[in-house]
Amino acid sequence: MSNTSNAKREKGAGSKTASRAMDKVHASLRKRYRAEKRFRAYGLISVVVGILFLVVLMASILAKGYPAFRQTFITLDVYLDPGVIDPEGSRDAEVLRLADYNRLVRGSLQIIFPDASGRTERRKLVALVSNGAPFQIQGLVMEDPSLVGQTLTLEVPASGDLDMLMKGRIDRSLPESERRLSDLQIGWVDTLIEQGRIHKRWNKALMTRGDSRDPEMAGIWGAVKGSFYMLVVTLLLSFPIGVAAAVYLDEFAPRNRWTDLIEININNLAAVPSIVFGLLGLAVFLNFFGMPRSAPLVGGLVLAVMTLPTVIISSRAALTSVPPSIREAALGMGASKMQATFHHVVPLAIPGMLTGTIIGMARALGESAPLLMIGMVAFIVDVPQGFMDPATALPVQIYLWADSPERAFVERTSAAILVLLAFLIAMNALAIYLRRRFERRW
Amino acid sequence: MTASTLLLFVALLSAAGFLLGRKRAFGIADAHGGVKSLHSLPGHYGLYTAIWVAVPALLLLIVWQSLEPAILSELVSRELPAEIQELPPERVGLIMNDVKNLVAGNFVSSAVSPEISEAAEHWLSLETTFRWIRTLLVAGLTGLGFLFAWRLIRPELRARNRIERVVRVALVACSTIAIFTTVGIVLSVLFESIRFFQYVPVTEFLFGLEWSPQTAIREDQVGGSGAFGAVPLFAGTLLIAGIAMLVAAPIGLMTAIYLSEYAPRAVRSVAKPLLEILAGIPTVVYGFFAALVVAPEIRGFGESLGLSVASESALAAGLVMGVMIIPFVSSLSDDVINAVPQAMRDGAYALGATKSETTRQVIFPAALPGIVGGLLLAVSRAIGETMIVVMAAGLSANLTANPLEAVTTVTVQIVTLLVGDQEFDSPKTLAAFALGLVLFVATLILNVIALTVVRKYREQYE
Repeated sequence: MSNTSNAKREKGAGSKTASRAMDKVHASLRKRYRAEKRFRAYGLISVVVGILFLVVLMASILAKGYPAFRQTFITLDVYLDPGVIDPEGSRDAEVLRLADYNRLVRGSLQIIFPDASGRTERRKLVALVSNGAPFQIQGLVMEDPSLVGQTLTLEVPASGDLDMLMKGRIDRSLPESERRLSDLQIGWVDTLIEQGRIHKRWNKALMTRGDSRDPEMAGIWGAVKGSFYMLVVTLLLSFPIGVAAAVYLDEFAPRNRWTDLIEININNLAAVPSIVFGLLGLAVFLNFFGMPRSAPLVGGLVLAVMTLPTVIISSRAALTSVPPSIREAALGMGASKMQATFHHVVPLAIPGMLTGTIIGMARALGESAPLLMIGMVAFIVDVPQGFMDPATALPVQIYLWADSPERAFVERTSAAILVLLAFLIAMNALAIYLRRRFERRW
Repeated sequence: MTASTLLLFVALLSAAGFLLGRKRAFGIADAHGGVKSLHSLPGHYGLYTAIWVAVPALLLLIVWQSLEPAILSELVSRELPAEIQELPPERVGLIMNDVKNLVAGNFVSSAVSPEISEAAEHWLSLETTFRWIRTLLVAGLTGLGFLFAWRLIRPELRARNRIERVVRVALVACSTIAIFTTVGIVLSVLFESIRFFQYVPVTEFLFGLEWSPQTAIREDQVGGSGAFGAVPLFAGTLLIAGIAMLVAAPIGLMTAIYLSEYAPRAVRSVAKPLLEILAGIPTVVYGFFAALVVAPEIRGFGESLGLSVASESALAAGLVMGVMIIPFVSSLSDDVINAVPQAMRDGAYALGATKSETTRQVIFPAALPGIVGGLLLAVSRAIGETMIVVMAAGLSANLTANPLEAVTTVTVQIVTLLVGDQEFDSPKTLAAFALGLVLFVATLILNVIALTVVRKYREQYE
């Protein structure tokens, strides 16, 4: 009896503790599930933060940059006064080149605004038109000297400040002293607008010209060409050398200390800061070998040295993914090791190698720090025509413009960034396409 | 002939050598009873000839090109009038520079004196003779090489094996370029640093608390004594890298965990490439964004709280750099997390652990060495990052831990010291190389540790 009651009591106590334990478990479960949810939310927030930043970055650059693709022009009736251009009537190219075209621009503006008098007012009036306008007229006259004496209706680029005003980047409500354009000038601009003399057009200068101190005349073509020449050098050096190194390390090299050393070196070089490669270029290529500063050839060399590890690593990955049966089959048919490699393995690995190389090239295109070291950061107006001409690169141009205080340059910097990003996207898209098109699953 | 036409010439001759060699191989084979009697394919004999035509000539050309400027300069400077030769070596160097500029058709620093123009003419005449000798030598070598190979072509010549040996040597040469690069970096940075340490003692550089690299141009100039204590730079670099890691480490890690453990396939396939775009954006774009958007925002926000924020605060540069590193951290951690065997996850789930508990208490400890390695690589990248800090961080060397103030970094100083024209014997420019040495050594140590840890870790689960 007592035994059973004991047992019952025990059982009751047991179920009581069990239920208490279950309560505890339930309580802790709730807590654990909450922790689970929190953890998951942290993860989601992290992803969202990253993507949000990307969106903000892109949106802000796009918003700043897209107006730069259009530029304000002023329609002027320019009388090509023979008395100013060529008083002696010789029509000699040198005389035409040196003539005072500024005076013609000033004259045509004064016809529109006859009441502008005094030196300062006249200077303010001329400041509405780009410094490039006289050169535009000069170009026309030099091309066709018979134009002298005629009156031409020309669209000349407006100055950077006027352009900013038209794009709403200069606030009219600010006090006059804090604006880059005075009340008088804004009044003139309004008159010009009323007369229908102001238009916005596709900004051809941005895409076809070299750098300039005047934002309305500054273009990225010089930088694009500089980048192009550099990338050609980089590609010609890093692709063959990288592929050869990868082939040796993957197919021929014995496993020993020497190859280990090479491998460690390659992995380490891939993580060396890019600016150190710039120091290498400065000390070795410029000072030791005496190569010219600012030349795309040297820039390409430095970038080739920098991208080589990337190319080697991706080429090795491509070679490793070719199954051994290919090699064995070739060797079994009597091919030499060299033939098996170059006739069978490498052709199968080429798409992967190309993909890696293109991605390496894209990185080289965006790189600017090492180029600053070898003098590619100079102010260069002329568009480079070869591998030895002084040049700058697209990212370096962005860096240079970002330093300029004018608002108009902020806009052009963003536009140059958009162009750079477009190139990068195109290159990466090509890499992805190659991978999709030629990738083989073994 | 210029070097490039000479190169083209050699290439054409080499192609001709290929055709002739192959033709001879066919001819010999006919005499010996068909192609089967040859050791190698006829094309191999052609290639063998082509190699003998091109390679010796090219080697000569390379050696010649690298030696010619030095020899020319030496010969011309020896012919300079005696009174110039007696000048101190720097002056002679300047005069030689003028001569070279005159030869190249560039602007010359001063009015051209008759001695200089005479030397330039001497230079030009020597150069013409050198060109002739070079052309003759190259042509001679191609001819000799061709004759040599031509005479060797016999059925028993093991042409394929010999070609393969040449190719193999070329492959080895390409693979050693990585080593030469490292050696080149070390030597170039080391030599200039040693010269720098002759001006400034090592201890002062490494432990000095003041950095103002402006050296006086004139003796009586004020405030240009030049102080090369790099501690403020190291502190600034670490401050900015620290801020960047505070952003990148948690976000990158959580992103990797979320994407590999939680995210549905669709989310993963969209989010991952989007985040990888962040890694592909050039750093100059980040720098522009940091300087023009983030820094003013932070400044405005700080001022609304009553804080004084420098317009080039460390915070802005650090934050943006952190964002740049996020994809780097997340992709490295992703690899590491995926390398943890599924059995460990299954074991934890079987014991009733939730996903987050499994991640935090099983996967994370197991992946820790790899994650630490990845973070070290990220730190090394943050330390070496240049454009963001050049554009968004300051130039003045402040020794401070306040992220709202402007600090400067090692990379910023390297750029400011070396951009533009410099002379190569002032401590100011040499200091940049000393900083480069510190940067290289620091990142090298971090990389080696990180790569070893990651590799060890991978081996553990393979």
